[in-house]
Amino acid sequence: MKETETAYYSQNSSLFLRLFGISIALIIHFLLDLAWGSIRIPIAEVISTFSGNGSNEIHSEILVNFRLPKAITAMLAGSALSVAGLMMQTLFRNPLADPYVLGVSSGASLGAALVMMSTGVIVGSASSWIVVVAAIAGAALVMMLVVGVSFKVQSAVSLLIVGIMLGTIVSSIVGVLQYFSNPDAIKLFIMWNLGSLSAVTWEHLRILTPIILIGLFLAFSLQRRLDGLLLGENYAKGLGISIIQTRILIVITTSLLAGAVTAFTGPIGFIGIAVPHIARGIFKTSNHNTLIPASILLGAILILICDIVSQIPTYTLPINTISSLFGAPVIIWIILKKTP
Amino acid sequence: MEHFSIKNTGSTAAKTPPLEGGGASLSTKSLSIGYAKGKFKTPVQSDLNLELFPGEMVCLIGPNGSGKSTLMRTLSGVQKLLDGKIMLDNKEISKYSQKELALKIALVLTDRVDVENATVRDIVALGQHPYTHWLGGMSEKGKQKINEAIRLTHLEHKKFNFINELSDGEKQRVMIAKALAQDTPFIFLDEPTAHLDLPSRVDIMLLLHKLAHTTGKAILISTHELDLALQAGDRIWLMSEHGGVKSGVPEDLVLNGTFNRVFENDAYYFNTTNGNFSMNYPMTKKVNVVGDKTRIYWTFRALARIGISVEPDAETLITINNDGWNMNSQTYKTIESLLKALSDSSLSGKT
Repeated sequence: MKETETAYYSQNSSLFLRLFGISIALIIHFLLDLAWGSIRIPIAEVISTFSGNGSNEIHSEILVNFRLPKAITAMLAGSALSVAGLMMQTLFRNPLADPYVLGVSSGASLGAALVMMSTGVIVGSASSWIVVVAAIAGAALVMMLVVGVSFKVQSAVSLLIVGIMLGTIVSSIVGVLQYFSNPDAIKLFIMWNLGSLSAVTWEHLRILTPIILIGLFLAFSLQRRLDGLLLGENYAKGLGISIIQTRILIVITTSLLAGAVTAFTGPIGFIGIAVPHIARGIFKTSNHNTLIPASILLGAILILICDIVSQIPTYTLPINTISSLFGAPVIIWIILKKTP
Repeated sequence: MEHFSIKNTGSTAAKTPPLEGGGASLSTKSLSIGYAKGKFKTPVQSDLNLELFPGEMVCLIGPNGSGKSTLMRTLSGVQKLLDGKIMLDNKEISKYSQKELALKIALVLTDRVDVENATVRDIVALGQHPYTHWLGGMSEKGKQKINEAIRLTHLEHKKFNFINELSDGEKQRVMIAKALAQDTPFIFLDEPTAHLDLPSRVDIMLLLHKLAHTTGKAILISTHELDLALQAGDRIWLMSEHGGVKSGVPEDLVLNGTFNRVFENDAYYFNTTNGNFSMNYPMTKKVNVVGDKTRIYWTFRALARIGISVEPDAETLITINNDGWNMNSQTYKTIESLLKALSDSSLSGKT
């Protein structure tokens, strides 16, 4: 008895050690992301700028008005997509679920496209919250469709295929919309749809940050129910969990997280699918009270790495390209691992 | 047909007074169960008057399609009843919220539990879900309940193992531990021994029987394991197709012929002598056998399989002694050689 209790406590302390290590890694990548770019700024100067002793005015202008909002957006997006992915994987009991693969991000694009092309409003202008609301509504619509389909489809890979098809349908509708829109609106939309972290300004962050924080708070509040859902819905019911209410709350939370991120950065693929698996691998647990904070931290790190990598060529690559490069092999790996 | 006997070790059979859950009651009054689509009702069973008592293990048995799962689902509040009442602690079960019900009835289902990276303790701890608030802080008492559940199901040495590394029998014990950790007066288990090997099946049935007696919980299980149910169940709910549910002590149901009536079939019959199902082989020949009881029993079975019945007036006599089986002044060391000799020889037909 004594031995197992000690094992439990040492397990607990190693948990905090690992969370601490990951937090350090996050800070390092955050600083690297600030330093890296078409103009390299030494990390020492980055630190001195933020402690108020910056000497180079151009550098501090770049840091404060471009790189800092970009890095914060990256971290918010990475955390939000990872937590949304984690919740979807638990809800569908499907290791391959995430907002991008199951078409939720495409739904957000459709919502945003409808508003942008019909009104010419883009994210960042005074009425940009309309785009955000439309994106969240679009995400929620697809999410509800996927939940509906998941009652019928049991196999993980089948649900994945249905999700990809839903995404394709939604993207095609966007394509049809483009055909009927004026060239200026289309240009705006295409720029947005490529996905960019650097287009997000302090102004945008004032809308994005609170929405993501609300979404993450909702996710934390659902952690016990998510644990119960791991056993399947029948067992969860037996534990006193209201399934319908929980499902609605998960749809709202994932739509807020994935919809808001997509509205500002465009679709970013595969972060949501890969990060929860990395978190489970590192922490060797299924408990959401560990997996949610772990996904937040690891999601932020992974997307910062993607952003740093995308700066290596002279021209900044779209973030979605880099994240797919990381994430798509993860899906292949999971399918290979699951297939006996 | 395999037949395992549960050894009476005294400690498990001794009735100890209920420790908790005393006074809890579940009863049905003219209960009608089945499926309803709109106004169209398809009753599977009707007019059921049943009662569950604390500290008792009840085994629900019956042929396939008689409505075992429907009754289990209806009693646990998952499925709506068609008519009548289910009273749980003097309150109708439909008046309970999901959360209140989780404090009364814990479930062990047939659903596959496949959670990556979840330890035994993690899964058992989920049983405490109804007692924790949304942030999931757990009280000292809750932790004690979890440890106690793990101890009662003999899983201490596996506490920090991942459940995907466990055998099917151990996994089932984990789900029983989860139900115990839920700390309810009732535990319902839907076919808890399905997909398990024979030793694990006996193990689970014994464990449940012991738990009912030591914890004072009312345990209801549905099962196909007739001989195990007859041995381990304090009470049997015997369900027949559209014939209602007969409740009684297993031995009474056997002796008054209820068992035979429910499971009547051309291919097999319920053998009241040994509490087993025996196959109805077509008997075409006959012999007579004398010898010690154990070997006579197994010789009977072997002979029945090749269509030979044992009757005292048969011409051929097989004598079982220390050397083996003696027939027509020839001795056979094994039943196999005896059977071969019998199939080669011509016996007088069965009259």
